[in-house]
Amino acid sequence: MSVNNMYVALFYSTSHAIRAEKIAKTAGLEVKLIPTPRHLSSDCGTALRFNARDKDAIISAFERANLDYDRIAPL
Amino acid sequence: MIYFDNAATTWPKPSTVVSAMTEFMNEIGANPGRSGHHLSVKAGRIVLNARENIATLLNVKDPMRVVFGMNATEALNLGIRGLLKRGDHVITGSMEHNSVMRPLREIEREGVEVTVVPFSKEGFLAPENIDEAIKKNTKLIVLNQASNIVGSILPTREVGKIARENEILYMIDSAQTAGCIPMDMEADCIDLLAFTGHKSLFGPQGTGGLVIGEKVDIKKLRPLKSGGTGSKSEFELQPDFLPDKYESGTMNTVGLAGLAAGVRFVLDETVEKIRKKEMELTRKFLEGASEISNLTLYGGCDEKTQTSTVSFNIKDISPSKVGLILDEEYDISCRVGLHCAPSAHKTIGTFPDGTVRFGFGYFNTLTEIDHALQALREMVKAR
Repeated sequence: MSVNNMYVALFYSTSHAIRAEKIAKTAGLEVKLIPTPRHLSSDCGTALRFNARDKDAIISAFERANLDYDRIAPL
Repeated sequence: MIYFDNAATTWPKPSTVVSAMTEFMNEIGANPGRSGHHLSVKAGRIVLNARENIATLLNVKDPMRVVFGMNATEALNLGIRGLLKRGDHVITGSMEHNSVMRPLREIEREGVEVTVVPFSKEGFLAPENIDEAIKKNTKLIVLNQASNIVGSILPTREVGKIARENEILYMIDSAQTAGCIPMDMEADCIDLLAFTGHKSLFGPQGTGGLVIGEKVDIKKLRPLKSGGTGSKSEFELQPDFLPDKYESGTMNTVGLAGLAAGVRFVLDETVEKIRKKEMELTRKFLEGASEISNLTLYGGCDEKTQTSTVSFNIKDISPSKVGLILDEEYDISCRVGLHCAPSAHKTIGTFPDGTVRFGFGYFNTLTEIDHALQALREMVKAR
């Protein structure tokens, strides 16, 4: 799995990132919490990494759970 | 040993509470939500778990609306000091604990208008008295959901409907009720709910928080403190979203590990089952105590309209003396005096001496109630 196929979801707070992880896992998606990449944000928090093919599924899982997120970006 | 001080702090705790805290200290220990490493993530999951369990218990859809702090006192201070400003009017009741009364009296000196609605001498509120106290500048109604002295339960929903009809924010102090009385923030029209972890939620001391309802504009709720949140670190201004706005500084994660397990225990047992057991204990005590001459019971003396907290006095023996004899001669732990609620004692007519308070808990037994009643009979006789 090359890095190019990966995306990250960025959040306003780590509380949201951790909730996002749970929501994604409950939806059966493969995700991992990672330190927020410096080139995407200077935030000291955590981001959720996932495979590009799951982008739509991730977004709809977040929306179903009413989870606020900052943005989704290629890694 | 018989422990009847559950209205102050419940004890013992479910073993799962202690093991969750030990496991955190031994195996995780890291800072929640500050770093991306796996221990930090595990710590963060524990905090989320605590948030979700509280949200489930109170019927709150978004767990991010649960903001953690030290205890109910801190949460009440956040609501009161965060919302009210000079020229605003706030309504409270005469059965309040000092956790509400003192912050209100302080902001009163800063120009906030305070109305204290009288409760009956049994500790109950007639909701229409709230209606009558409402003015044009009323911003908040803040009330204790059950008395910490006589256990009398507030008509929570009736007051909530009055607050909602008048578009006034409604804050509840659930210190005596969360975990032992069924509650629903949405149906009860509660906008701000202060809770503490160390009573009927079975968590450790030093845990609690505020649940912030959707009708509260957080732009108008000032935090008590500001500082590091692990988010928006590039800015020197406090973030303006939940829960970070109100959670500066490293939190009591070990405490929240215990709280999450405590609330899980309540959810598994069910509040209804806990309530039923506590009502049985209370009924047994009230029945027995009402037959003891020279013993005065306070409050409504009906387990259906109160929590498992009861107050009484024995004629010609001061509450402090009764407490000492119970502790030294009968090994019964209780709390005597004013219970941080002078206004409530004035309302029930026991100021300034106070009362002897028994706070029964889920782990007490009917046999323990029998022992205590026997001790009281002997004390009355030896008087």
